Amino acid sequence: MTVGVVMLVHTALDRAEQVVRHWVKGGCPVVIHVDKKVPVADYDRFVADLSDVKTVKFSKRHKCEWGKWGIVAGTQSACEMMLRDFPDVTHVYLASGSCLPLRPIQELKKYLADRPRTDFIESATTADVPWTIGGLDSERFTLRFPFSWKTQRKLFDGYVSMQRAVGFKRRIPEGLVPHMGSQWWCLSRYTLSAILQDPDRPAYDKYFKRVWIPDESYFQTLARLYSGKIESRSLTLSKFDYQGKPHIFYDDHLQLLRRSDCFVARKIWPKATRLYKTFLDGDGSILSGTEPNPGKIDRIFAKAVDRRMRGRQGLYMQSRFPYNEWEGGVTSQPYSVFQGFTELFENFEPWLAKQTGTRVHGHLFGPKRVEFDGRQTHFSGALADAPELRDHNPQMFLANLLWNTQGERQCFQFGPFDNQEINWKIALDPNAQISVISGCWAVPLFQTNRNFADLRNEAARLQQIENDHLSILRSPYTKARVRIWSMAEFIETPMEALQIVVDEMTGKTQRRLTEAPRMYDLTGFGQFLQNLKNQGMHPYLMGDFPLDQAPEHRPEKRRKPYLVR
Amino acid sequence: MGNAGQAKSPFQRTRPFTQPAKLSRALKLYRLRWKRRRFLVRSLRKRSELVPKQDRTTGIKRTDILLFVTVRNEEERLPYFLDYYRRLGIDHFLFVDNASTDGTGELLRRQDDVSLWSTDQSYRLSRFGVDWLTALQFRYGGGHWCLTVDADELLVYPDCETRGLADLTTEMERVGQTALGAVMLDMFPRRSISEVVYQSGEDPIESLPWFDANGYRTQIHQTYENEWIQGGVRDRYFFVSDPSRAPTLNKFPLVKWNRRYAYVNSTHQILPVKLHQFLDLDTQKHVSGALLHTKFLPSIMEKSLEELVRKQHFQNSDLYQNYHQTLAEGPDLWVETAQKYTNSHLLVELGLISKGQLPEN
Repeated sequence: MTVGVVMLVHTALDRAEQVVRHWVKGGCPVVIHVDKKVPVADYDRFVADLSDVKTVKFSKRHKCEWGKWGIVAGTQSACEMMLRDFPDVTHVYLASGSCLPLRPIQELKKYLADRPRTDFIESATTADVPWTIGGLDSERFTLRFPFSWKTQRKLFDGYVSMQRAVGFKRRIPEGLVPHMGSQWWCLSRYTLSAILQDPDRPAYDKYFKRVWIPDESYFQTLARLYSGKIESRSLTLSKFDYQGKPHIFYDDHLQLLRRSDCFVARKIWPKATRLYKTFLDGDGSILSGTEPNPGKIDRIFAKAVDRRMRGRQGLYMQSRFPYNEWEGGVTSQPYSVFQGFTELFENFEPWLAKQTGTRVHGHLFGPKRVEFDGRQTHFSGALADAPELRDHNPQMFLANLLWNTQGERQCFQFGPFDNQEINWKIALDPNAQISVISGCWAVPLFQTNRNFADLRNEAARLQQIENDHLSILRSPYTKARVRIWSMAEFIETPMEALQIVVDEMTGKTQRRLTEAPRMYDLTGFGQFLQNLKNQGMHPYLMGDFPLDQAPEHRPEKRRKPYLVR
Repeated sequence: MGNAGQAKSPFQRTRPFTQPAKLSRALKLYRLRWKRRRFLVRSLRKRSELVPKQDRTTGIKRTDILLFVTVRNEEERLPYFLDYYRRLGIDHFLFVDNASTDGTGELLRRQDDVSLWSTDQSYRLSRFGVDWLTALQFRYGGGHWCLTVDADELLVYPDCETRGLADLTTEMERVGQTALGAVMLDMFPRRSISEVVYQSGEDPIESLPWFDANGYRTQIHQTYENEWIQGGVRDRYFFVSDPSRAPTLNKFPLVKWNRRYAYVNSTHQILPVKLHQFLDLDTQKHVSGALLHTKFLPSIMEKSLEELVRKQHFQNSDLYQNYHQTLAEGPDLWVETAQKYTNSHLLVELGLISKGQLPEN
């Protein structure tokens, strides 16, 4: 008793020959089906090259086109030849020219000898598997497919939708329950001969000739009729990408393949010399005696699929330009924008860094320079502080900063002095947390000692800019988490407001903020606003600020009461 | 920006490129088709400027990967260049020697896998060598994967340490990607350029291991629909005053060639524009690489001086005068937050190159 190998070959005949000799050396007879599309000269040379081997035969050639019946027809003739010419074969292993045995043939033979009546064929009903592409699962069995999916896609799709519209359905032969699965199986002589010698076979063949991709369903369906014991898995390791195309294994997959403990893998790249050398020249192949364990490979390849499906958010690069009008998201991680805080508090930046443990920048979009944390000239990855470079593409500046600091939350200050071009981008970004104390731009004006006429004009300009910004933040399109206080409102209860912002940044802390940032001395600020009003410029963004009165809660130095003992 | 209290719809502002109406886009594509034809005709006429010095093209096999390059006085870089690309799996090199005065010609003639043409015509009038290379690509490139680089560019791509170019192109063909985009990374030394020691034949990246990992600005080119990337050390050091003129870093060096293709401006753009569209707008499916740009070897100082006199390079503006002037003095480009190059995995992690759907290893 032994295992017979049926090999379907269409390219890389030299590699196929190498593998055939390996099978034969392991004591397995091989029947080869060569695609009729292979030129006669190449075929003849291939046959001649293998003529010295007694247990290799060539079956009748069929034209194999992907998704068509030819592949099944080729498999059938080769299997018939195998069963007829090699009577001691108890299992037939279906392989392709790009399959590579990873473990010694003896181990495979022993594995199958221990399970004499088991059929290893992946076989699942259409309703239960998500493998199918193009939305064709059960319809593979009920529609007609006269056109090629690869070369006549429009006709193919058109004909399918026409049949759907008309409500056309083919009848599935009595007793058949459509199953699908990997094309690469290993069937026992009992099951395979029952399939091939079934008196109803002409009817089944006629039906499957018009099923789409019959090589994934013909044996998978019919095996269910006869098999005593189906192990619904393939002994051949084969990975598919999200489009359903098989992944190719290269030289640098060597260790991965060795650890898989699988018997056979496909597809192997014909030029992967190291793989062929290692696994065919004996000593390199795996000697474990254990069950195949493709789990590890599954996980690693799932990563690639995951990348394919989700991408890397907020990354711009050669070959990638994420563009999603409605989501608006251009950044890779959450960040916080503070407007008006550094104008109101002397030490807001160090205070915030200490309370939250985040990276706190100054005015990143400031007019004179990019105020990186610590006022570095080049931030992470040599991002320069030149405002000209930033303003050439402010959106990209922000995306770059956030991409290159992943894992560390970034905070920065913003205000009406800064480049306003970024406003919509930030407002539309769900990653942004924006806290605004409106009207604080007046504090630095109040502190300077300039001509009042200049101050008045400057105040009018800044108020207009901030108002425009606020209207963006309040627009229904905004996706950022926005909090806006007027200055008067904020200084009523600053600690509560700060607590809300910090909690949201760090994710609810149990800890109350103990230390407050130092607020600038605002004595006389009310009068300053009144003077502006008297000049006809009405500062309204700071809310109703009491005339010439310092905010009540301002931390005043209170003398400790004497204790008399 | 909207008026007070009323914000306009933001969406006109957020489109990366204004998708022109179908008809006007069709017209544009039609104009570009003629542009491509003009380029091809122009190149074929320039073919007469090329004098064959060493023609081994009969040895090119159907599946060979070819490399096309124009050189001028690159004797210093070429030994490593040839070695590096042979290791990646280039089967045949097609060189155009533009009036070298050092030993470049002799060095190239000694190689078995090099075909050499020479010309002493104007580099600038040949669209900076593109016309010459297009003529060669038209003649020899069809059906091959063709790599077009400069002598100071080393191509890296995901897992290039363990996978050859043939592995990459097989995988790209499998998923239907016929052009590889690559971003140029300007490599620089730890100290002033004048202090760098480099011996011909050594890996130049050993001498210039640093690059900027951050600060690349990307936009979509409205005409050619490719990504236009600017940034890197030249941008931050030389072009702060006029960032829009900073060097373009996007290239399409590796293309499954068709004799009807034509590069537009160096290898920054290629026609037809459909080759630019291996671009992910949402998920990640396309592979991309990087060109390690070893411009800042000490020889740049001498070349910059020559450049100031020769005026054969792109724009001859004051900006570039200043640029060459500074380079001739051997500046120190290094900053503390720059990144040191290790291998292709680093670039994948940094998001500078993409694995696309390449299988993991």
